[in-house]
Amino acid sequence: MIIRIMGEGQRRLPEGALEELNRLDVDLESAVEKHDDAAFGSALRALLEAARSLGEALPDDAIEPSDLILPGEGATIEEVHELLTDGGLIPG
Amino acid sequence: MGVMKRVSTIFRAKANKALDKMEDPRETLDYSYQTQLELLQKVRRGVADVATSRKRVELQMNQVQQQTDKLDRQARDALAAGREDLAREALSRKGGVQGQLNDLRAQYESLQGEEEKLTLASQRLQAKVDSFRVKKETIKATYTAAEATTRINEVFTGISEEMSDVGLAIQRAEDKTEQMKARAGAIDELMASGALSDALGGPPPDDIQAELDRMGASHGVDAELARMKAELSGGGEAPRQISGGPVNDAVPGDANPSYPAQQPHTGEGQ
Repeated sequence: MIIRIMGEGQRRLPEGALEELNRLDVDLESAVEKHDDAAFGSALRALLEAARSLGEALPDDAIEPSDLILPGEGATIEEVHELLTDGGLIPG
Repeated sequence: MGVMKRVSTIFRAKANKALDKMEDPRETLDYSYQTQLELLQKVRRGVADVATSRKRVELQMNQVQQQTDKLDRQARDALAAGREDLAREALSRKGGVQGQLNDLRAQYESLQGEEEKLTLASQRLQAKVDSFRVKKETIKATYTAAEATTRINEVFTGISEEMSDVGLAIQRAEDKTEQMKARAGAIDELMASGALSDALGGPPPDDIQAELDRMGASHGVDAELARMKAELSGGGEAPRQISGGPVNDAVPGDANPSYPAQQPHTGEGQ
Protein backbone atom coordinates (compact mmCIF):
# COMPACT_ATOMS: atom_id res chain seq x y z
CA MET A 1 0.00 0.00 0.00
CA ILE A 2 1.37 3.39 -1.02
CA ILE A 3 0.63 6.72 0.58
CA ARG A 4 1.55 10.14 -0.77
CA ILE A 5 2.20 13.02 1.55
CA MET A 6 1.60 16.02 -0.65
CA GLY A 7 4.70 18.09 -1.25
CA GLU A 8 6.83 15.47 0.42
CA GLY A 9 6.72 12.30 -1.66
CA GLN A 10 5.42 8.75 -1.41
CA ARG A 11 5.89 6.05 1.22
CA ARG A 12 5.18 2.35 1.24
CA LEU A 13 3.10 1.17 4.19
CA PRO A 14 2.75 -2.27 5.67
CA GLU A 15 -0.86 -3.49 5.55
CA GLY A 16 -1.15 -3.32 9.32
CA ALA A 17 -0.56 0.41 9.24
CA LEU A 18 -3.84 1.10 7.50
CA GLU A 19 -5.96 0.57 10.58
CA GLU A 20 -4.03 3.12 12.57
CA LEU A 21 -4.11 5.64 9.74
CA ASN A 22 -7.83 5.18 9.16
CA ARG A 23 -8.53 5.76 12.81
CA LEU A 24 -6.64 9.07 12.66
CA ASP A 25 -8.29 9.91 9.35
CA VAL A 26 -11.72 9.82 11.03
CA ASP A 27 -10.57 12.67 13.27
CA LEU A 28 -9.28 14.59 10.28
CA GLU A 29 -12.53 14.17 8.39
CA SER A 30 -14.70 15.30 11.28
CA ALA A 31 -12.43 18.34 11.79
CA VAL A 32 -12.85 19.25 8.11
CA GLU A 33 -16.62 18.87 8.36
CA LYS A 34 -16.86 20.96 11.52
CA HIS A 35 -14.41 23.54 10.20
CA ASP A 36 -12.45 23.15 13.39
CA ASP A 37 -9.00 24.55 12.63
CA ALA A 38 -7.36 23.44 15.86
CA ALA A 39 -8.67 19.88 15.62
CA PHE A 40 -7.72 19.80 11.95
CA GLY A 41 -4.17 20.87 12.69
CA SER A 42 -3.59 18.27 15.38
CA ALA A 43 -5.32 15.49 13.40
CA LEU A 44 -3.20 16.28 10.34
CA ARG A 45 0.00 16.36 12.37
CA ALA A 46 -0.87 13.02 13.97
CA LEU A 47 -1.56 11.48 10.56
CA LEU A 48 1.64 12.84 9.06
CA GLU A 49 3.66 11.57 11.98
CA ALA A 50 2.11 8.12 11.71
CA ALA A 51 2.58 7.94 7.94
CA ARG A 52 6.21 8.98 8.28
CA SER A 53 7.04 6.57 11.06
CA LEU A 54 5.11 3.59 9.71
CA GLY A 55 6.02 3.97 6.05
CA GLU A 56 9.25 3.76 4.15
CA ALA A 57 10.08 6.35 1.49
CA LEU A 58 9.73 5.18 -2.10
CA PRO A 59 12.79 5.78 -4.26
CA ASP A 60 12.67 9.04 -6.24
CA ASP A 61 12.49 7.27 -9.59
CA ALA A 62 9.50 5.08 -8.66
CA ILE A 63 6.39 5.80 -10.72
CA GLU A 64 3.43 4.32 -8.89
CA PRO A 65 -0.06 5.60 -8.19
CA SER A 66 -0.88 6.07 -4.50
CA ASP A 67 -3.71 4.32 -2.67
CA LEU A 68 -3.98 7.17 -0.20
CA ILE A 69 -3.06 10.82 -0.44
CA LEU A 70 -2.46 12.97 2.61
CA PRO A 71 -2.48 16.78 2.57
CA GLY A 72 0.99 18.13 3.27
CA GLU A 73 2.42 19.85 6.31
CA GLY A 74 0.80 23.23 6.91
CA ALA A 75 -2.25 22.54 4.73
CA THR A 76 -5.39 24.44 5.73
CA ILE A 77 -8.99 23.26 5.95
CA GLU A 78 -9.83 25.50 3.00
CA GLU A 79 -7.18 23.83 0.84
CA VAL A 80 -8.45 20.38 1.74
CA HIS A 81 -12.01 21.49 1.10
CA GLU A 82 -11.10 22.71 -2.35
CA LEU A 83 -9.21 19.50 -3.06
CA LEU A 84 -12.22 17.45 -2.02
CA THR A 85 -14.96 19.41 -3.71
CA ASP A 86 -13.80 19.05 -7.29
CA GLY A 87 -10.06 18.83 -7.23
CA GLY A 88 -10.38 22.49 -8.16
CA LEU A 89 -6.86 23.26 -6.95
CA ILE A 90 -5.14 20.62 -9.02
CA PRO A 91 -3.52 22.29 -12.02
CA GLY A 92 -2.98 20.95 -15.52
CA MET B 1 -14.68 7.28 2.82
CA GLY B 2 -11.90 9.08 4.64
CA VAL B 3 -10.06 12.18 3.52
CA MET B 4 -6.96 10.30 2.32
CA LYS B 5 -8.94 7.97 0.11
CA ARG B 6 -11.08 10.73 -1.31
CA VAL B 7 -8.08 12.84 -2.25
CA SER B 8 -6.44 9.91 -4.00
CA THR B 9 -9.68 9.16 -5.86
CA ILE B 10 -9.80 12.74 -7.08
CA PHE B 11 -6.20 12.62 -8.29
CA ARG B 12 -6.90 9.33 -10.05
CA ALA B 13 -10.07 10.61 -11.68
CA LYS B 14 -8.09 13.48 -13.08
CA ALA B 15 -5.52 11.14 -14.60
CA ASN B 16 -8.23 8.91 -16.05
CA LYS B 17 -9.94 11.84 -17.65
CA ALA B 18 -6.70 12.82 -19.37
CA LEU B 19 -6.13 9.23 -20.47
CA ASP B 20 -9.60 8.93 -21.96
CA LYS B 21 -8.92 11.85 -24.21
CA MET B 22 -6.00 10.07 -25.90
CA GLU B 23 -6.71 7.81 -28.83
CA ASP B 24 -3.47 5.86 -29.13
CA PRO B 25 -2.12 4.95 -25.67
CA ARG B 26 1.42 5.07 -26.98
CA GLU B 27 0.97 8.62 -28.17
CA THR B 28 -0.17 9.35 -24.66
CA LEU B 29 3.30 8.49 -23.42
CA ASP B 30 5.04 10.90 -25.78
CA TYR B 31 2.60 13.65 -25.04
CA SER B 32 2.92 13.12 -21.31
CA TYR B 33 6.69 13.17 -21.55
CA GLN B 34 6.57 16.59 -23.21
CA THR B 35 4.34 17.88 -20.43
CA GLN B 36 6.72 16.48 -17.83
CA LEU B 37 9.67 18.31 -19.39
CA GLU B 38 7.69 21.53 -19.34
CA LEU B 39 6.78 21.05 -15.71
CA LEU B 40 10.40 20.36 -14.89
CA GLN B 41 11.34 23.73 -16.41
CA LYS B 42 8.57 25.36 -14.46
CA VAL B 43 9.59 23.91 -11.12
CA ARG B 44 13.19 24.98 -11.70
CA ARG B 45 12.05 28.49 -12.48
CA GLY B 46 9.97 28.29 -9.31
CA VAL B 47 13.04 27.42 -7.24
CA ALA B 48 14.96 30.34 -8.78
CA ASP B 49 12.09 32.75 -8.09
CA VAL B 50 11.81 31.74 -4.48
CA ALA B 51 15.58 32.06 -4.07
CA THR B 52 15.47 35.58 -5.52
CA SER B 53 12.70 36.55 -3.13
CA ARG B 54 14.59 35.05 -0.23
CA LYS B 55 17.73 37.02 -1.09
CA ARG B 56 15.74 40.21 -1.34
CA VAL B 57 14.26 39.67 2.10
CA GLU B 58 17.77 38.96 3.38
CA LEU B 59 18.97 42.28 2.00
CA GLN B 60 16.11 44.08 3.66
CA MET B 61 16.82 42.34 6.93
CA ASN B 62 20.37 43.73 6.79
CA GLN B 63 19.10 47.23 6.12
CA VAL B 64 16.58 47.09 8.91
CA GLN B 65 19.23 45.63 11.23
CA GLN B 66 21.46 48.61 10.48
CA GLN B 67 18.58 50.90 11.33
CA THR B 68 18.16 49.08 14.63
CA ASP B 69 21.85 49.38 15.43
CA LYS B 70 21.78 53.06 14.59
CA LEU B 71 18.83 53.74 16.88
CA ASP B 72 20.56 51.79 19.60
CA ARG B 73 23.69 53.89 19.19
CA GLN B 74 21.65 57.06 19.20
CA ALA B 75 19.94 56.01 22.41
CA ARG B 76 23.33 55.51 24.05
CA ASP B 77 24.66 58.83 22.77
CA ALA B 78 21.56 60.60 23.96
CA LEU B 79 21.77 59.00 27.36
CA ALA B 80 25.45 59.85 27.65
CA ALA B 81 24.54 63.46 26.90
CA GLY B 82 21.95 63.37 29.65
CA ARG B 83 19.02 63.48 27.24
CA GLU B 84 16.85 60.68 28.50
CA ASP B 85 13.85 61.96 26.52
CA LEU B 86 15.76 61.55 23.28
CA ALA B 87 17.06 58.15 24.33
CA ARG B 88 13.53 57.07 25.12
CA GLU B 89 12.36 58.20 21.69
CA ALA B 90 15.19 56.31 19.97
CA LEU B 91 14.44 53.15 21.91
CA SER B 92 10.74 53.30 21.19
CA ARG B 93 11.49 53.60 17.47
CA LYS B 94 13.95 50.79 17.78
CA GLY B 95 11.09 48.69 19.13
CA GLY B 96 9.03 49.42 16.03
CA VAL B 97 11.87 48.64 13.66
CA GLN B 98 12.59 45.48 15.61
CA GLY B 99 9.02 44.41 14.87
CA GLN B 100 9.68 44.84 11.16
CA LEU B 101 12.81 42.80 11.53
CA ASN B 102 10.92 39.96 13.22
CA ASP B 103 8.35 39.99 10.41
CA LEU B 104 11.09 39.83 7.83
CA ARG B 105 12.79 36.99 9.65
CA ALA B 106 9.56 34.98 9.64
CA GLN B 107 9.15 35.66 5.92
CA TYR B 108 12.71 34.63 5.32
CA GLU B 109 12.25 31.32 7.09
CA SER B 110 9.02 30.62 5.28
CA LEU B 111 10.68 31.27 1.91
CA GLN B 112 13.63 29.16 2.88
CA GLY B 113 11.29 26.27 3.70
CA GLU B 114 9.47 26.72 0.40
CA GLU B 115 12.74 26.75 -1.48
CA GLU B 116 13.88 23.52 0.15
CA LYS B 117 10.60 21.78 -0.55
CA LEU B 118 10.56 22.90 -4.15
CA THR B 119 14.17 21.86 -4.67
CA LEU B 120 13.39 18.37 -3.39
CA ALA B 121 10.24 18.24 -5.53
CA SER B 122 12.30 19.17 -8.55
CA GLN B 123 14.82 16.40 -7.80
CA ARG B 124 12.04 13.84 -7.38
CA LEU B 125 10.36 14.91 -10.57
CA GLN B 126 13.66 14.79 -12.46
CA ALA B 127 14.26 11.20 -11.30
CA LYS B 128 10.73 10.20 -12.29
CA VAL B 129 10.91 11.88 -15.68
CA ASP B 130 14.18 10.06 -16.44
CA SER B 131 12.64 6.79 -15.36
CA PHE B 132 9.50 7.51 -17.36
CA ARG B 133 11.55 8.07 -20.53
CA VAL B 134 13.08 4.61 -20.21
CA LYS B 135 9.75 2.94 -19.40
CA LYS B 136 8.08 4.71 -22.28
CA GLU B 137 10.57 3.36 -24.82
CA THR B 138 10.39 -0.14 -23.36
CA ILE B 139 6.61 -0.14 -23.50
CA LYS B 140 6.59 1.15 -27.06
CA ALA B 141 9.13 -1.43 -28.21
CA THR B 142 7.68 -4.43 -26.39
CA TYR B 143 3.93 -4.17 -26.55
CA THR B 144 1.29 -3.67 -29.21
CA ALA B 145 -1.02 -0.75 -28.65
CA ALA B 146 -3.68 -2.98 -27.14
CA GLU B 147 -1.33 -4.85 -24.83
CA ALA B 148 0.33 -1.70 -23.69
CA THR B 149 -2.83 -0.13 -22.32
CA THR B 150 -2.67 -1.56 -18.81
CA ARG B 151 1.01 -0.80 -18.36
CA ILE B 152 0.50 2.66 -19.72
CA ASN B 153 -2.45 3.35 -17.46
CA GLU B 154 -0.40 2.58 -14.42
CA VAL B 155 2.64 4.57 -15.40
CA PHE B 156 0.52 7.45 -16.60
CA THR B 157 -1.55 7.55 -13.42
CA GLY B 158 1.60 7.42 -11.31
CA ILE B 159 3.37 10.25 -13.10
CA SER B 160 0.22 12.31 -13.40
CA GLU B 161 -0.24 12.19 -9.63
CA GLU B 162 3.32 13.41 -9.16
CA MET B 163 2.77 16.20 -11.65
CA SER B 164 -0.41 17.35 -9.94
CA ASP B 165 1.39 17.40 -6.61
CA VAL B 166 4.35 19.33 -8.00
CA GLY B 167 1.98 21.68 -9.82
CA LEU B 168 0.25 22.51 -6.56
CA ALA B 169 3.58 23.05 -4.82
CA ILE B 170 4.62 25.49 -7.55
CA GLN B 171 1.34 27.38 -7.25
CA ARG B 172 1.77 27.63 -3.52
CA ALA B 173 5.32 28.90 -3.85
CA GLU B 174 4.26 31.41 -6.51
CA ASP B 175 1.52 32.77 -4.27
CA LYS B 176 4.01 33.18 -1.48
CA THR B 177 6.62 34.96 -3.58
CA GLU B 178 3.94 37.29 -5.00
CA GLN B 179 2.84 38.29 -1.51
CA MET B 180 6.45 38.71 -0.53
CA LYS B 181 7.23 40.90 -3.54
CA ALA B 182 4.42 43.25 -2.67
CA ARG B 183 5.55 43.57 0.93
CA ALA B 184 9.22 43.82 0.01
CA GLY B 185 8.40 46.56 -2.49
CA ALA B 186 6.60 48.52 0.19
CA ILE B 187 9.51 48.23 2.62
CA ASP B 188 12.01 49.17 -0.11
CA GLU B 189 10.05 52.33 -0.77
CA LEU B 190 9.91 53.16 2.91
CA MET B 191 13.64 52.65 3.31
CA ALA B 192 14.39 54.67 0.19
CA SER B 193 12.34 57.62 1.36
CA GLY B 194 13.87 57.28 4.80
CA ALA B 195 10.36 57.09 6.12
CA LEU B 196 10.46 53.78 7.92
CA SER B 197 10.26 55.59 11.22
CA ASP B 198 7.46 57.78 9.85
CA ALA B 199 5.42 54.71 9.16
CA LEU B 200 6.03 53.61 12.68
CA GLY B 201 4.39 56.75 13.97
CA GLY B 202 7.40 58.88 14.73
CA PRO B 203 8.69 62.09 13.18
CA PRO B 204 11.27 61.91 10.35
CA PRO B 205 13.98 59.37 11.10
CA ASP B 206 16.92 61.66 11.41
CA ASP B 207 15.57 64.11 13.92
CA ILE B 208 17.16 62.20 16.78
CA GLN B 209 20.47 62.37 15.01
CA ALA B 210 19.87 66.01 14.17
CA GLU B 211 19.25 66.75 17.83
CA LEU B 212 22.34 64.81 18.85
CA ASP B 213 24.37 66.59 16.20
CA ARG B 214 23.04 69.91 17.37
CA MET B 215 23.98 69.02 20.91
CA GLY B 216 27.33 67.81 19.72
CA ALA B 217 27.91 70.98 17.78
CA SER B 218 26.88 73.31 20.59
CA HIS B 219 28.93 71.20 22.91
CA GLY B 220 31.86 71.77 20.57
CA VAL B 221 31.28 75.49 20.50
CA ASP B 222 30.94 75.63 24.26
CA ALA B 223 34.07 73.63 24.69
CA GLU B 224 35.94 75.90 22.35
CA LEU B 225 34.62 78.95 24.08
CA ALA B 226 35.71 77.51 27.38
CA ARG B 227 39.12 76.76 26.00
CA MET B 228 39.44 80.29 24.65
CA LYS B 229 38.37 81.76 27.95
CA ALA B 230 40.84 79.57 29.73
CA GLU B 231 43.57 80.75 27.40
CA LEU B 232 42.66 84.34 28.02
CA SER B 233 42.50 83.87 31.75
CA GLY B 234 45.66 81.81 31.68
CA GLY B 235 47.51 85.02 30.56
CA GLY B 236 47.23 86.47 34.06
CA GLU B 237 44.80 88.17 36.42
CA ALA B 238 44.40 91.33 34.42
CA PRO B 239 42.36 90.02 31.48
CA ARG B 240 39.96 88.33 33.79
CA GLN B 241 39.11 91.62 35.31
CA ILE B 242 38.39 93.05 31.90
CA SER B 243 36.27 90.09 30.83
CA GLY B 244 33.94 90.59 33.74
CA GLY B 245 34.02 87.46 35.85
CA PRO B 246 30.76 88.24 37.69
CA VAL B 247 28.73 87.26 34.62
CA ASN B 248 29.84 83.71 35.12
CA ASP B 249 28.80 83.71 38.71
CA ALA B 250 25.30 84.68 37.74
CA VAL B 251 24.88 81.39 35.85
CA PRO B 252 24.18 78.36 38.06
CA GLY B 253 27.20 76.14 38.02
CA ASP B 254 25.29 72.93 37.32
CA ALA B 255 24.11 74.19 33.93
CA ASN B 256 27.61 73.92 32.55
CA PRO B 257 29.27 71.05 34.30
CA SER B 258 31.73 70.71 31.47
CA TYR B 259 33.47 73.99 32.02
CA PRO B 260 36.11 73.20 34.54
CA ALA B 261 38.07 76.24 33.40
CA GLN B 262 35.40 78.49 34.75
CA GLN B 263 35.01 76.83 38.06
CA PRO B 264 37.91 78.40 39.94
CA HIS B 265 36.74 81.63 41.45
CA THR B 266 39.42 84.05 42.16
CA GLY B 267 37.28 86.27 44.23
CA GLU B 268 37.07 89.01 41.63
CA GLY B 269 33.35 88.87 41.59
CA GLN B 270 32.86 89.43 45.27
